[in-house]
Formats: sequence, C-alpha cells, structure tokens
Amino acid sequence: MAEPIKARRWTGTDRSRADRGAGGSLIPAIARKEFLHIVYDPRTLAIVFLMPVIQLLMFGYAMNMEVQHVDMAVVDLARTPESQALAQQFRGSRFFHPFYFDGPVSGIEGLFKEERARVALIIPEDFARQLRTRMTVPLQFVIDASDANAAAFVDSYCTQVLADFNQSRGGELPVPFDVRSAVLFNPHLKSSHFFVPGLMAMILMMISALLTSVAITREKETGTMEQILVSPVRPRQIIVGKVLPYIILAFADALLILLVGVVVFHVPFRGSLALLLLLTTLYVFTALSLGLMVSTFARSQQVAMMMAQVLTILPTMMLSGLIFPIASMPKALQAVTYIVPARYYLLIVRGVMLKGSGISQLVEPTVFLAAVAAILLTVSVRRFSMNLER
Amino acid sequence: MNAPVNFSVCTENLTRKFGDFVAVDGVSIAVHAGEIFGFLGPNGAGKTTIIRMLCGLLKPSAGKATVAGFDVYTQSELIKQKIGYMSQKFSLYDDLSVGQNIEFYSGVYGLSAGQIAQKRTDVLVRFGLEAYGSAITKDLPLGFKQRLALGCAMLHGPEILFLDEPTSGVDPVARRGFWKTIYDTAAGGTTVFVTTHYMEEAEYCHRVCIVDRGRIVALDTPSRLKESHGKASIQDVFVNIVRSD
Repeated sequence: MAEPIKARRWTGTDRSRADRGAGGSLIPAIARKEFLHIVYDPRTLAIVFLMPVIQLLMFGYAMNMEVQHVDMAVVDLARTPESQALAQQFRGSRFFHPFYFDGPVSGIEGLFKEERARVALIIPEDFARQLRTRMTVPLQFVIDASDANAAAFVDSYCTQVLADFNQSRGGELPVPFDVRSAVLFNPHLKSSHFFVPGLMAMILMMISALLTSVAITREKETGTMEQILVSPVRPRQIIVGKVLPYIILAFADALLILLVGVVVFHVPFRGSLALLLLLTTLYVFTALSLGLMVSTFARSQQVAMMMAQVLTILPTMMLSGLIFPIASMPKALQAVTYIVPARYYLLIVRGVMLKGSGISQLVEPTVFLAAVAAILLTVSVRRFSMNLER
Repeated sequence: MNAPVNFSVCTENLTRKFGDFVAVDGVSIAVHAGEIFGFLGPNGAGKTTIIRMLCGLLKPSAGKATVAGFDVYTQSELIKQKIGYMSQKFSLYDDLSVGQNIEFYSGVYGLSAGQIAQKRTDVLVRFGLEAYGSAITKDLPLGFKQRLALGCAMLHGPEILFLDEPTSGVDPVARRGFWKTIYDTAAGGTTVFVTTHYMEEAEYCHRVCIVDRGRIVALDTPSRLKESHGKASIQDVFVNIVRSD
C-alpha cells in the first residue's frame, strides 16, 4: 500500500520541477491541440484557403471598373465635315460606340431609359464657324449617372477624346492648358492592383480575429476552458498557444493571396517581401487582439461570430479606404478611421507592392499601426486574463 | 493560514455571493487525506460553487479555505499542481481522438514526450479503453467518455480529486464500475471530493455532507447519519432533513 503513494509523490515533485523550468513546454501542447482542431475541421480549412482565392478571382475578373464601348448618341445639329470629324474621333476610341440620333434633344432622356445610350454628345449648329473664329467652342455632354462610378469614367474618357481631337487639328485651336496626366504605379488603372492589397487586409483580419474569437469562445461553451484553467497553465500561455496556429494560418494565407495576385493577375511586387511580412506581423497582432477582446465579451460562438464581423470585418471593408476613399468620407467618419488598423496596413501593402516603398517612406503608418497594436494587445490580454481569474 | 497538513481540504465559513444571492453560506469542513468525501444536495444547493472555489475557478466572497495545505486566495497556482478536476460536462474535445485528449491534458501538466506516451498507454489500459485509442471522442458512449474524463483528470497523479456529479446521465452498471475506480484511487492515498445527487452513491462515501441552500445541514458517516435519524437509507435521511428544513 505504501508503494503507490511513494511513486505518486515522486512524479509530483518531478512534474513541478519540470514546469518551473520550462513553462514554455505547455504552450506547444496547447498549440498542437489547436492545430488538430483546424485540421479536423475541413469546412474551416476550406474557408481559410478557398475563400481568398475565390474572392480574388471575383474581384479581379468581375469587378472590372473600366468601362468600354459605351453607347453614345450624337445629336449633330451642324452636319458639317468638322462635326463629322469629331464624331469620327469618338468612333476611333475603344471607349465609345457612337451613333447619330436625329430626334430632338429632349429625346435623350428616353434613350437613357431604354438603355440605348449612356452618354449623348450635342454639337451646336454653328460648330464649324465657331471652330474657325472663336477660341472656345461650346459642346454639351449628357451623361447617364444612374451608375455613378461608370459616369465618372465616361466623363473623363470624353475629356480625353476631346483632347486628342484638339491635338489632331494641330495648332488651329489653341488650348490654354495642355494637361497630360501621368498615371504612376498602376498605369492601366487595373482593379486587381487595388483589390489584392485590400484582400490581404480583409482575409488576415478574418482569420486572426474571427477564427480566434470563435475558437476561444467554443472552449468556454464546452467547458474545456475550465478544465485547462484548473491545470497549472497560465492565461498568457493559453493565449499564446491558442493563437499560434492562427498566426501561421494567417501568414500562409497572406502568401497565397500574394502568389495568386502576382502570378494570375500580374500585380507587381516592387518592394521587399521581408519588409511586408514584418509589418504584416504588426497587423496580425492587432487583429488577434481584437479577436481576444471579442472572446472576453461573447458567451457563445454565434455571438462571437457576429461581434467579430461587426467590430473587425465591417470597419476593415468600409472604413479603411479599401473600397471607399477616406478623403471623401464625412469628417466624423474620417476621425473613426484612425483607429481602424486596416487603414494603416493598406497604406503599407499598397506602398510596398505597388510603389516599392521602403521602411523610410512608411514610417507614419508603421508607427500608427504599432501604437494601435500595442494598445489593443495590452488591453485585450489584461481583459482576457482577468476574465479567466475570477 | 496554519491549517493542519493532514487535512486535504479545510474551510472555515466559506461564503460566496452572486449579487444578493448567497450560493454558499458559511461552510466549514475538514477533509482527511485518502477520504472519499461526498457532497449531497438538491440542485442549486451550492455544491458546484464550493468545488469551483476550491479549484481556484471562483474567488470566495468571504471565509478561509486551504487545499493541500495551500491558501485558495494566494496560492492557487500551487493548488493547481496538486488537484484533479472533473466537471459535470466531461470537458473533453469531441473532435479529437481519445488518445489525443490524453496527450493534450498530459501536455498542459508539463509532462515530457516520453511520459506522455507512457500515460497514454496507462490510462487506456486502466480505464478499459485500449481498443478506443484512435476513436473520435464524439462517437464514444457516455460511460466511456466519463471514464476518459476521469483518466484525464488523474493524469498527473493529483493528491486531491474533485469530481462534480461525475455519474450524471450514466447507466447503473457504468456507475458501479466508476465507483470501484474511485475506491481504488482513494485506497492509493488520493482524497476524493465528490458531489452527487444519487442517494445510493452517498452510501459509498466515507463521510457525507448534506447541503441545502448553501448551508451544511448534516455531516457524518453514512451509517451514523442513518442511525441518528433513525432511517434505513441515506435517501430517507435526505428527504427527512431537506423536507423538515
């Protein structure tokens, strides 16, 4: 009878010596278990690796913002060689598909409603005479702006074609300002160049914040968190062990998005990959902190999922400049964007990828992102630990 | 707090309030090493709250308590090394295999890779789960899950085992086997602190503590409880005390 007691006491002292020296050995145990959860759940795995690729393909192919072959009604009141030359200039560009419209100017609205044209060009009766005698010639464009985005493109294309027309007539028509825009970093204004960095910000936020908050809340729901808490593991070790697999997953996804972006969509990568990954770490930390924070508030996985969506994914999409430019937001919303980590991360990804920026050019977003990361991490780790040690 | 070392668990006026509700009201007990100490009471009597306080999951509102000679307020990290805990819910990972559950819980107690492999075999053999090492936990019958949960709670050779309604929902045959394991464990010197609402299980305990509405209403050996109340079974004693209260 004395034997087993002796044996147990001995393992007891051996154990306490073991984890005093290497508290770190508890972290791999938690991380390995968390990794198994991910591997055993093919749905999560599919979401993690298929979703970014599908989104990338959708954004890259479907969300092509360029507008081509716009139907243009030409109301030519002049009917002179000069006015026909102008119409010809539009026909020659790949943006427009002009046709003559003989009806009254008031009929243009009908054309728009029937979707037969999206823009109308009205050439005045004395076009040829004005062109010869006056410095400026009044022309009118009527644009269907029910699709505001497309309308903006059409407007700028019209200006571009007119500029070409002026140029083709040589010095005959002096233009006060000869504006030639040079579009840098994305000369063809490809949408994919714009969405690949945005998708990085989105997916990293989703994995790091949403998946971790759900994973932690699940353990609270099933009671396994309590079982871990009666063991000598410290809250900080739980945090590190649980988030470690998601950090690895996040980086694997980031690399996958970069690979698809560069190989399939030919998005340039002009800067340093090492720098981008380094700064990505900062961003991932802010996202993980948000996930931890959510898990301290949510009691069920569903609540965690909803909260993570509203608190992390929505701001990342709407308030980071990913889709809507921050400069065109109302002042109050602009103020809110300062606490959205994706705002800084987008500047960093776009800077490194498209412009080849180095760390010296990215000091401001990096400092802001680091500050947000430090604050969020401190607050959420403290909240998480206190929440567990009641 | 200078509690005598021979007490595994010692409390003095232990109290826990949730707002205005007093869940545990001035509970004083002293549990000996190697004792099977049964906590009996209707649902909501405060049994789980007491266990949670002793395991360091919940801070007491008032009173004193030591577990394995360590203070629950200040030495909870040391307590955690000495105790095993099995909750009502059998806190296992349903999506992992039986073996992986054992490996994980061995891991959080800081066992080395070699020790973990040994523990895996030991637990599977001892709890009759040899054939289920790679079965997914979700697919196990409840009685098997219960044995696995107990195995996981005992991996690190705890001095004190807290079992919170370990047999709820398990069939009578499995319960009998489970209590045999508890007996063996206690015979090896481990203190077993167990809550239950199965009256016949109370008969298996060395001493029984009946709690109602957060207070101790009776505490003695099963035979002396029956004797002093003039009843044939603990069930009758229980009904007598809780009704007359």
